[in-house]
Amino acid sequence: MKKYTYTEKKDTRSGFGAGLHEAGKKNENVVALCADLVGSLKMDAFIKDFPERFTQVGIAEANMIGIAAGMTIGGKIPFTGTFANFSTGRVYDQIRQSVAYSNKNVKICASHAGLTLGEDGATHQILEDIGLMKMLPGMVVINPCDYNQTKAATMAIAEYEGPVYLRFGRPVIPVFTDPDQKFEIGKAWMVNEGTDVTIIATGHMVWKAIEAGEKLAELGIDAEIINIHTIKPLDDEAILKSVKKTGCVVTCEEHNKFGGLGESVARLLTTELPTPQEFVATNDTFGESGTPDQLMSKYGLDAVNIVEAVQKVIGRKK
Amino acid sequence: MKHTIKDLEDIASQIRRDIVRMVHGCQSGHPGASLGCTDFFTALYFEVLNHKTDFTMEGAGEDLFFLSNGHISPVWYSTLAHAGYFDKSELATFRKLDSRLQGHPTTHEHLPGIRIASGSLGQGLSVAIGAALAKRLNGDKSIIFALLGDGELQEGQNWEAAMFAPFNKVDHLIASVDYNGQQIDGPTNKVLALDDLQAKFEAFGWHVINTDGNDMQAIVEGLHYAKTLTGKGKPILNLMSTQMGAGVDYMMGTHKWHGTAPNDEQLAAALAQLPETLGDY
Repeated sequence: MKKYTYTEKKDTRSGFGAGLHEAGKKNENVVALCADLVGSLKMDAFIKDFPERFTQVGIAEANMIGIAAGMTIGGKIPFTGTFANFSTGRVYDQIRQSVAYSNKNVKICASHAGLTLGEDGATHQILEDIGLMKMLPGMVVINPCDYNQTKAATMAIAEYEGPVYLRFGRPVIPVFTDPDQKFEIGKAWMVNEGTDVTIIATGHMVWKAIEAGEKLAELGIDAEIINIHTIKPLDDEAILKSVKKTGCVVTCEEHNKFGGLGESVARLLTTELPTPQEFVATNDTFGESGTPDQLMSKYGLDAVNIVEAVQKVIGRKK
Repeated sequence: MKHTIKDLEDIASQIRRDIVRMVHGCQSGHPGASLGCTDFFTALYFEVLNHKTDFTMEGAGEDLFFLSNGHISPVWYSTLAHAGYFDKSELATFRKLDSRLQGHPTTHEHLPGIRIASGSLGQGLSVAIGAALAKRLNGDKSIIFALLGDGELQEGQNWEAAMFAPFNKVDHLIASVDYNGQQIDGPTNKVLALDDLQAKFEAFGWHVINTDGNDMQAIVEGLHYAKTLTGKGKPILNLMSTQMGAGVDYMMGTHKWHGTAPNDEQLAAALAQLPETLGDY
């Protein structure tokens, strides 16, 4: 197992804020909109340097999506910012008609996704957003795994023409990816090469997959770990190549197993290479109040759950 | 004036013929408010709007128009064709398979003149505001026009947008409301009353004007007047009274022709009231 270390922990939303600031410096057409959550979305640096390119919309997310769609017509590249729940479910029809169907170059940037939002509870902990967004024709869906990857992803989507959903979160987690990485939309990252099982992880679950890989190595199981940061378009080639070698797969995501990354992988494998698969994901449930760590543990999203899923799926190999 | 009022009325007559023929041709669509807004569309595209028929999405240096109540697509399509955005023969494809003239307007099929999809109601004013903000950032003083249905104002997003525009001094924006008092399930006063729209928008900080949307002289003058009000710190709302079905006697004054197509006999009766002035498609 390749050794991953970290010297600091940071939140992925701060990676977004830093990436937005950089994207704003590189391209004067980059504009930002926020629905009364500037601090939570870490937009302060962008606003300080480019006040005229920032629009405070107030608590009116539907209007924000519409305004963003309209701004693209004048050549702007709008980044909208609010919590993941209010970025998707609340404004689904606005995104569907004014952004996706109209093919507008809007970047829907969603913080506080998943259980790790913590104490605010289930009203704010969306676990359905990946499914909602990946079903929209033409929508790119990205869920990066740490501060550096989120920063790189934010800069990359500014250069991509078309609608994008970028999902990130609130808790501080290890920073373990290359600070100078080049983020390629739709291209998987090989975290660790192995032969016994393919672990496919996205977002906050990537570090947990690394922790699981270390425990599995102690048990004599050689896990291949792939980071799928882009859930749509899915890197079919990387997944199939790995699964051909290992013969079984575990998918890991901080999301409902209905509609998430795991289902995308299952769809691919069912048609191309039927393979035993286990899902580390929430199981058709809402979240609740608690600390992020408590919630990840209670809802089965820890390294130990990945280890168990790996042992189970290896037992299912023919 | 680029045209006389008589010229504009002749254009409107042809557009009305197109509307009833298009809706009859596919036996679906929304003739009522299309007919009611025909004079507005004619005045806007042939007299008021600074636009090029050589279409670009951005429309730099041009006035832009956004239709929020997308179901009145027949009047927009006919207007665009007669203005020169595409050949009028394409009007025959309305709502048919493989057509660029979808039931509701969309950019998906790349029809010149359309900049956003509409149909799911309540979204157009926000989009128009966004387009206006982009023009402001680009130093482009052109005007953004929008048309909203009156029943559509029951959608809450309109009021988010109505609150935003005055606060942010989006003052190169002229939104018109097709105030025909009808919606699918009946008169707006019975379904969910709009009450005093002028007072409501004024309370939100808009400069409200009133026009008669079925009097060509009045609507041309009203829109020209609205343009003189731009750039003064307030968005402008044109509360435009219209008759649903205007120009076809049996369709007027009722919500029943909101989304119903005429049969052969009814088509003939409608066309008899609408002189062919520019040649049918």
